[in-house]
Amino acid sequence: MSVDGYLEAFRRSGSIVIVGASLAGLRAAEALRDEGFTGTLTMVGDEPHEPYDRPPLSKQVLLGKVPADHTALPRRRAVDAQWRLGTAATGLDLAGKRVSLADGDAVEYDRLLIATGVRARPWPHELEADLDGVFVLRTRDDAAQLHHRLKAGPHRVLVIGAGFTGSEIASACRERELPVTVAERGAAPLVGALGGVVGEVAAELQRAHGVDLRCGVQVTGLEGDSAGRVRRAHFSDGTAVEVEVVVVALGATRNTEWLADSGLGAGPRGIACDAGCRAFDVRGIVTDDVFVAGDVARSPHPLFGYQFLSLEHWGNAVAQAEIAAHNMVSASTDRLPHLWMPSFWSAQFGVNIKSVGVPPMADQILVTQGSLAEHRFTAAYGYQGRVIAAVTFDQAKWLDFYERQIEQAAPFPPEFPTVDRRPEGMRPVAAGFPDPSLPSHGPTVTLSGHSPTDRRVSFSPHRA
Amino acid sequence: MRLVVDLNRCQGYAQCAFLAPEVFTMHGDEALMYDPQADDRQRENVRRAADACPVKAITVEPEDAAAAGGKAGASRVG
Amino acid sequence: MTSVALLRQITDYANRPDPYPLYAELRKTPVVRDEDGPYLVSTYWEIKSLLHDPRVSSDARNLTPEAARGTDLEQDPNLPPAFIRLDPPEHDRLRRLAMRPFGPPHTPRRVFDMHGELTEIVSGLIDALRDRDAIDLVDDFSYPFPVTVICRLLGVPREDEKHFHEWADTIAASLDPPGTDEERQAQQESLRQARGDLAAYLAGLVEERRRAPRDDMLSAMATDHGPDGQMSPVEIITTAALLLVAGHETTVNLITNGMLTLLRNPDVLQRLRSDPGLAVPLVEELLRFEPPVQMLPQRTTLADIDIAGTIIPKGAPLYLMVASGSRDPQRFTDPDRFIPDRTDNQHLGFGHGLHNCFGAPLARLEAQLALTELVRRLDAPRLVEDPPPYRRNAVLRGPRHLPLTVSGIRD
Repeated sequence: MSVDGYLEAFRRSGSIVIVGASLAGLRAAEALRDEGFTGTLTMVGDEPHEPYDRPPLSKQVLLGKVPADHTALPRRRAVDAQWRLGTAATGLDLAGKRVSLADGDAVEYDRLLIATGVRARPWPHELEADLDGVFVLRTRDDAAQLHHRLKAGPHRVLVIGAGFTGSEIASACRERELPVTVAERGAAPLVGALGGVVGEVAAELQRAHGVDLRCGVQVTGLEGDSAGRVRRAHFSDGTAVEVEVVVVALGATRNTEWLADSGLGAGPRGIACDAGCRAFDVRGIVTDDVFVAGDVARSPHPLFGYQFLSLEHWGNAVAQAEIAAHNMVSASTDRLPHLWMPSFWSAQFGVNIKSVGVPPMADQILVTQGSLAEHRFTAAYGYQGRVIAAVTFDQAKWLDFYERQIEQAAPFPPEFPTVDRRPEGMRPVAAGFPDPSLPSHGPTVTLSGHSPTDRRVSFSPHRA
Repeated sequence: MRLVVDLNRCQGYAQCAFLAPEVFTMHGDEALMYDPQADDRQRENVRRAADACPVKAITVEPEDAAAAGGKAGASRVG
Repeated sequence: MTSVALLRQITDYANRPDPYPLYAELRKTPVVRDEDGPYLVSTYWEIKSLLHDPRVSSDARNLTPEAARGTDLEQDPNLPPAFIRLDPPEHDRLRRLAMRPFGPPHTPRRVFDMHGELTEIVSGLIDALRDRDAIDLVDDFSYPFPVTVICRLLGVPREDEKHFHEWADTIAASLDPPGTDEERQAQQESLRQARGDLAAYLAGLVEERRRAPRDDMLSAMATDHGPDGQMSPVEIITTAALLLVAGHETTVNLITNGMLTLLRNPDVLQRLRSDPGLAVPLVEELLRFEPPVQMLPQRTTLADIDIAGTIIPKGAPLYLMVASGSRDPQRFTDPDRFIPDRTDNQHLGFGHGLHNCFGAPLARLEAQLALTELVRRLDAPRLVEDPPPYRRNAVLRGPRHLPLTVSGIRD
């Protein structure tokens, strides 16, 4: 059969399996149907719930405004899939094109999309993690249980880790008027994502809202009472606090264990794939029939030195799912690259924080508009003389402009005046990232075009 | 009725919070919170909000897709 | 062809009924300098990017001295620039303060709760047309409706309308590009007078509301203390003047343009009659197709800006031709067709970015309600003349009269 003939037959009556029934999985399924795929579609998900949205879990749900089971994602269209929910995938046979499932069953595919995402990293000491009152927050069920406990009015909550999730949990606790302690190993909240300069603003916000923020400390132990309920936490500085609820917010682990012996290039950092979302095998050879999307994927981005970026971002899950779906049912020359601009948001302590680009690559930061002290500002991040990222606190309307700057690899620090430039915006300072892992060369690639179909990558040869 | 807001797109124009205040609320000057499973009686207001959004960030489940969504809760082999 | 005199043609009153072919001509050069004057930007993506560009200022003090000549730069102490003519941080502070009594987060239900009141005003105005077979939609409906609404919202007595109507008209006309030096001089003179009178009028009203507050925006602005503190008396007056003029001069055009467009597209009128829900996307399409604000003529640049192959020099006057951008075929399929349920419709009708229309939610509700009720209740409405006579304004464009015949008013 010719290649074209194969593709036609596959689009008409082939079978696609999507492992992972969350945001990326659902949007990919919808996109496959939109693309005209009429074959068999099987959705495998380890949670018993239909696809739901996670961002509200640490906000509306903890505040009691929305029940945890009211977060199911809207369908853009009917997907006509066979759903295998509550059944984890346990193995992959690449040669046999088969996914084995926890219930002993197996499903065969012509093409496979892996979107298994991440899970919350648990507290490393198992006995302490098992204490009543110790939580993580990743799933709908986690949120329902944590909300239930917060509603009871614990006398103090401890949040371990002041990344975005931890900070949002602390914010919800304060809004519920619960006493909360936040323990962060780094110098400030959000320091890993946004650097020390912006981290200081986040610290001010937390303290202004009555958070007992402790930076530069580690939690060395959680102590339980005779009934097995957590009651005290010990810190590396020798202090301790009495707590009734502990939320472990130490980031995420990629769900790739089920692929351990599959021969796919999967590991703790995710599954490596090319810009067209095709997975690499362990030999570094790209596969033909296995695609990856969402939090579990690592793909090279031309704007950021072709580094393999692994992005736990809502928008990336949607965009990559759509690109993967398109490429799964398209001929080689019709495939599209995943060129999504990294973007995320967080709402905490009444402030809307948004970012584009990859701040942790930056060496410097410049407040281009507004003022850190007023907690309303726009800052650009620079790496080796180029704008590489930007962040806004309650100034989201300006972000599009900085996104263009990143796409054009515009000079940093910006040479032009802006509205609302303050004295603090006159010279760049060190961005203050704790452990910069910098790429070996600067961006020499720019993006152009306004819509996904006319996006282009252009090379600017390195100038001597 | 189910809905979701793409908060990457959202720039805090607050049109939705004006037009469907039972479903969308501003948390501070710019952060948006919403009820992802709004009461069906809010459908008209939510539609006004979605159409008014200057960055078209609001996705509302079409009524015909909702039927398909309902089935999805139960896992099945078929 | 170059820009030569395109702006002059657009502002030429003879072209008021249909400026759209001129915009199409203009879009052939997305960014162009008009005769030694302002830079005109006419394509969608370029306008949108400039609306989000922090190098673009709304503050006339950033114009070069040469460009500033002939603008109303000399500050009028009675009525200094409102937030629409300011940049952050002043803009942001004043807009937040003005928003407190109007919308979220502080007063999220103000506009939503006006639904019943708006319906009542609309019904009353249409009821009054019984026994008439000829009406002027502008004088009988599109003008009195939003004026009544803005008066109630602000707390301005409706019966004073005869005074401030003329001041509002004069201020609105001043947005248009000036003609000859003499015209400009005369315009400046009457503008100063109108501003002074309006400021004095509002000052008295604000003082009254401060002493005896009511449930209206003037009272709230005069007595409110929020996280940003309080507006100064002169800030309250300039903000109130802005909202009063904007409430006067824009929604009237949206409603009139809407009815005119419906009468030109009888199938759409019929669809709206049988499906009132169509009003929601239809008003969005109207904002794209026949926007009440045709261009944003009050921007300038803080730096040289390289856009679409042209460098706009620092301090140059910048006209963002939003009505043209909303008809850009690079952005909208079939841009010159009125498609009431168009789905991909991120029009520029209310601007975008920082200075997006303050009153947009109210204008939307007013237009949705007005058009739904007009098509439901007017029996066999027909245009008497097409095109109708237009107002002189090029920036805030709309018919001065819209004479209709009807065979009756339904209940």
